[in-house]
This record gives sequence, C-alpha cells and structure tokens, in this order.
Amino acid sequence: MFKRKKAIFWFAILASLILVLAGCSDDGGDDSTDKDDENADTTISFMHLWPEGSSKDHYEIVEKIIGQYEDDNPGVNVDVEVLGNEQYKEKLKVLSSSDKLPDVGMTWAAGFLTPYVDGKLFAPLNDVLDSGLQDQFVSGTTEAYAIDGNTYGLPLELNIAPIFYNKAIFEEHGLSVPTTYEEFKNVVKTLADNGVAPIALGNKDRWTGSLWYMYLADRIGGADTLTSAIDRTGTFEDPALVKAAEEIQNLVDLGAFAEGYNALSDEEAKSLFMNDQAAMYLIGSWDLPNYTTNEDVPQEFRDSVGFFNFPTVEGSGDLTSWVGGPGVGLFVAENSDVKEEAKKFAAYFVEQWGQQAVADAGVIPATKVDTSAVELPDMYIDVLDELNNASNITLFADVQMSPESAQVHLDAIQSLFGGEISPEEFTKLHEEALAAEQ
Amino acid sequence: MKKVMSNKLMIAIYILPALLLIGILIYIPLALTGYYGLMDWDGIGEMTFLGLENYITAIKDMKFWDSAYHSFLLAIFSTLSLFIYLGIALILASKIKGANLLRKIYLIPMLLSSVAIAQLWIKVYNPSNGILNSILSAFGIDNPPVWLGDTSIVLYSIFIPILWQYAGFYILIYYAALKNIPDSLIEAAKIDGASPLQIAFKIKVPLIMGVIKVTVVLAIVGSLKYFDLIYVMTGGGPSGASEVMASYMYKTAFSSYNYGYGSAIGFLLLLITLVVTYLIRKFTSKGDEIQY
Repeated sequence: MFKRKKAIFWFAILASLILVLAGCSDDGGDDSTDKDDENADTTISFMHLWPEGSSKDHYEIVEKIIGQYEDDNPGVNVDVEVLGNEQYKEKLKVLSSSDKLPDVGMTWAAGFLTPYVDGKLFAPLNDVLDSGLQDQFVSGTTEAYAIDGNTYGLPLELNIAPIFYNKAIFEEHGLSVPTTYEEFKNVVKTLADNGVAPIALGNKDRWTGSLWYMYLADRIGGADTLTSAIDRTGTFEDPALVKAAEEIQNLVDLGAFAEGYNALSDEEAKSLFMNDQAAMYLIGSWDLPNYTTNEDVPQEFRDSVGFFNFPTVEGSGDLTSWVGGPGVGLFVAENSDVKEEAKKFAAYFVEQWGQQAVADAGVIPATKVDTSAVELPDMYIDVLDELNNASNITLFADVQMSPESAQVHLDAIQSLFGGEISPEEFTKLHEEALAAEQ
Repeated sequence: MKKVMSNKLMIAIYILPALLLIGILIYIPLALTGYYGLMDWDGIGEMTFLGLENYITAIKDMKFWDSAYHSFLLAIFSTLSLFIYLGIALILASKIKGANLLRKIYLIPMLLSSVAIAQLWIKVYNPSNGILNSILSAFGIDNPPVWLGDTSIVLYSIFIPILWQYAGFYILIYYAALKNIPDSLIEAAKIDGASPLQIAFKIKVPLIMGVIKVTVVLAIVGSLKYFDLIYVMTGGGPSGASEVMASYMYKTAFSSYNYGYGSAIGFLLLLITLVVTYLIRKFTSKGDEIQY
C-alpha cells in the first residue's frame, strides 16, 4: 500500500509539472529561434501587420527592405514579428501595458496615437524629420501624427476617397459624371427609377457612412468646419454640419443607398459594386488595385471603372478638397534600448517604401512619388495627380477623434442613415461627446 | 484508495493543478476586473482611482440597460425554445424510425464554429442576394424586410440562428436523459392503460425534471453572457438595436478604449448572472427529486 501511495504522489507531482512546463513552452520556443543571430551587435525588433497570407505584396517589400538594410549595416539585425490587423492592435496594447513595445512598429494617426503618447511610449521623431526627411513627405501627412508640436509617426500610406463608378451602368442609362450636387441627385434618381442600386454602402462598418457625411460637411461648410468642430475651436452645432446631416437623410429618402446598407459590411457592399449590382461606391484609394492591377477581378469590370470627385453642393465647396489621410505609419518606442538605430531604420524604411510601394504593391505612399520614374496604370496616375493638386485633405473623422468620441460619432452615423435620429440630435450627440472630453 | 483519499496532503496535491489553472485563468482575473472597474483607465497609460463612479455611470447608462434588456429577451426566448426541444426529444426517444439519423442531423449546428454560423446566416439574411429574401421575392413580396438592418427586427433575426445553434445540444441532453428512464416504468404504465401523451407528460417529463432544471440554468446564463454571433453578425448595430451586455462591454473596453468602464460593465454582468442563477435555483429547488 505504501508503495502505491508513493507512486500516486510522484505521479501527481509529475502531472502538475507537465502542466507548468506546457504553459511555458510557448515563450521558450520563441526565444530559441533567435539564438543563431546572437553574434549581431544590435537587434532591432520590428512589428508589422502585413502577413504573407493576406498582404503578400506588402510582406515581400518589407522583407526586401529589411534585407537591404541588414546588408548595408553589418552587425545590425532586424527581428520581425507579423500579425494580422486586429491581433496587431490587441498585441500592441498588451505589450504597451508591460512596457515591451517593439523598437519599431506601426501605428495609426491622431486618435489611436494619443493614449500611447500620453503614456510616453512613443518617441518624438522631430529630429528624424528635420534631417531632411520632412521634404520627402506630401505636405500635411506627418501632421496627422503630431501632438503638441512633436511628430510621433512616419506615415507610410496616403489615401483619398474618390467616388468610383461603373461606366457601363452610367452609359446604359445615358448618365454623365456629375460635377454639381444637383446633377449627382439626378444620377441617383435616374438609377433608382430604373431599378439599379445607385450607391453601394456598407454602413455596418460605420466609417463608410462617415465618408459621405464628411464630404457633405466639407462641401457645404468648407474645409475647416468639421475639423474645427472636432478640435473644439469650433462647434458641432454649426448650421453647415446640421445641413450636411439633413442631406444624408435626403439621399436616404431618394433611395440612393443599396438596400440594407446598414446591415452590410464594407466587404459586402464592395461585392455589390464589383458585381455590377450598384453603380457607385465611395471608398479610399487603397481599393485601386481592384480596379486596375488585380488579376482576380475580370478585365472587363476593371476597364469599366472610373472615379470622380465629390461634387460641389449649390456652388459651394472645392472639388479638390478631399477626405482621406495617411493610414499606418512607423513609430519608434521611447524606451527602446537601441533608439538611435531604430530611428535610423525607420527613416530608411520610409524612404525605401516610398520608392517601391506604389510600383510593387499598389500602395500610394505618403512620400512624394515621381510618376515619370515608375510605370503605373492610368487610374493611379490620375489619383496621384489629384493628390498633388489637392487643396485640402481632411483626415477621416473617426481617426481625428479620440477613440471614445469616435465610437459616438460612428454610432450616430449609423442612426442618422437609419433615420432613427434627426439631424439636430445627430449634431447634439457629437457636441456633448466632444465637450465632455475637454 | 480510501487511505489515500483521507490524507489531506494527497487531496491538496490532486486538486492543485486544476485549482491553479482555474485560479489564474478565472478567479484572479474576475477580481481584477472588479478592481479595474474602480479605475479610470484607457488600457495603456496610467490608472486613476475613481471609486464607484464607473458603476454609478453604468447604472444610469440607458445604453447599458437597453443591452441588458436585449440579453434578458434572449434568455426568455432560449427558455421558451427549451419546450420545443423537449418535444422533439420526446418524439425522438419514442422509438420512431430514423431517430438516430435525425438526432445526428439536429446536432450538426453544434459542430460548426460560431463564426461559420454567423457567416452562413449573414448570407441567408443578405438584403438583396440572400436566400431568404430571394424566396420571399419569388413569392411576390415586393419589399422583403432588411433582416439585419432594420432596428425593429434585427434582434429577432439574430435570435433565430442563436437558438438554431444550440438546438442540437439541448435535444441531445434531453434525449440522453429520456433514454435513461427504465423501460419497465413505461411498460407498467402502458399495461395500466396510459395514453402516449400521458406517458410523456405524467411519467417521462417528471422523471427528467432534474435535467430540465439544469438546462434552464444553462440556457439563461448562456443567454445573459451571449456574445459571439451578435458580434460577428451586426456588432450590436444598427444603432445599438442588437447590443447585448457582453457586446457593449467589449465595445467600451476595446473600441472606445475605456477599459475601466468596460470592466465595470463586465463586473455588473457577472453580478446580474450570479443573482439570476441564484434566483432560478431557489425557485426550482422546491419538490423532492423523484427516484426510480
């Protein structure tokens, strides 16, 4: 009996040990993979969000740039970690709470950045910009990453949101590209009367509807009205912002948006547009590959897509004022052990990215592109020209706001499109949320 | 073996691994959630102590109570649906032809992951190309409802896949319980001249009452903390019409970056679930267990 008891005792110990070991094994595995690089003098850890599976082109450019950097800088080793978009955001948050951010990583502008900057986790990059890099960026792009005079991110992408339209459908109904809001409404009416869904909108995602509102606000109230309402130099009770909300509901009443717009995700709305089931689709220029180079999309469809600027409303507004802004940018961790090297790498990355992104991945970089040096589809050239001539680029409203107000904004957008709240209530919700933050 | 079990140290060692796991993964985070609920925290920067302010805000927050109302509606519907499952299980267990095959068919939704079910039903409900609205249009209905986009029906549209998802699970539980009833009892009843309905409701159902009580608790608690299909299918929208407590908690903590407030909601969700569980147990504990 005694022997048996002993055996059971040891078995229990063993069982608990195995559990503990199993718990540790994951971390252990990660460490051991880096062993062979241990002779390198400096290791920069770098985290990005373009996995090979879903963003192959991006992934390959990143790998190429890192390879070049390691070749040019012997003794420097870049340790890469790749995660998908949502996991990336989660992981960044977890790492930041234990102060283990990668030396270089990716961030979004304005609202996303704020808590990290408040927590003193990102390093100011003014010195990097001042050493000549600033001139390479399209003006206005780095500002989206600036807080209190310091810039905390080097933008990699730049997008504007044009209205893509299906030329074949327009031709079939004898329509031409509208330049005024009246013409635009006529296009909508004609299409709706003929049983064609005029606009594909996936408003389950809410930022998509926000684009429409932002354009109307921009055209009716001018480029600064919305921005100043958000940064509190102005107010959301501005009549132009109420008027823009009214116009949204007028469009809804006209049947402008494909049925069930509040239930559709952006992906679903996109598939309506790409299957000729809707005539227009307002989205960022990140979608350009689908209409130009993406071989998975039928050539016939790609040839029939064009884009136009959001029309002017009753003579007011500027056709060359865009909604858009930089997407992800690079940050350098404030508490990095290799901060100087990390900054150097970030600057190098941005420059190389600017030269390769548009040609190889169809991404419009935030740095200036020499259109004569690269061969690009016509639509890219047109969008790049629009970018060069842009009088203003208003940053996406939900990015401008703090995460908390952004949620209020996005929910209110969905209710506005659904007709659950009046335009006055819509602006009041914003005013209250933004005022509460001060 | 008895000797081993009487040794306190032995018992402690046996339960230690499980206790450690459950402690680290469940009880400590629970306590921490309650604690974070007292803080103003964005999940990244410094925490500031607020006291009970988050909890007071939550109690005054109409959005929170709307989501709680939706969760309770789901709980009511899941409980009601148990009657249907019980009926199906009674029929399946009464030795009809093909019972085995039917049982497996009912169980299939259980085997699908929630995200797959959500994607499937999103396609079914698609306002213009979905199978449901295509059928309705074929029957001459001009403006079929936008199932997931209409604030007045979205909640019920989502309830259907949720109930569908768990039907097989409850049917299986009832079926197993019914199969456990000794045949001798049923035969005796038959000899005494009981009709099939009488056998079902006077003998079988009372005999599995214990199991039924457990399923009621499971259904209600499961509904109150329900999250996955709602998150994938509508994200609580449009305009919060399908928001439940768990999705509201997720939104405040992870989209609004209001970790403190999200934790407070999470803790309230826990309290509500505990109270409800306690109440159900209290009301269903009357009456002795029937032995056979």
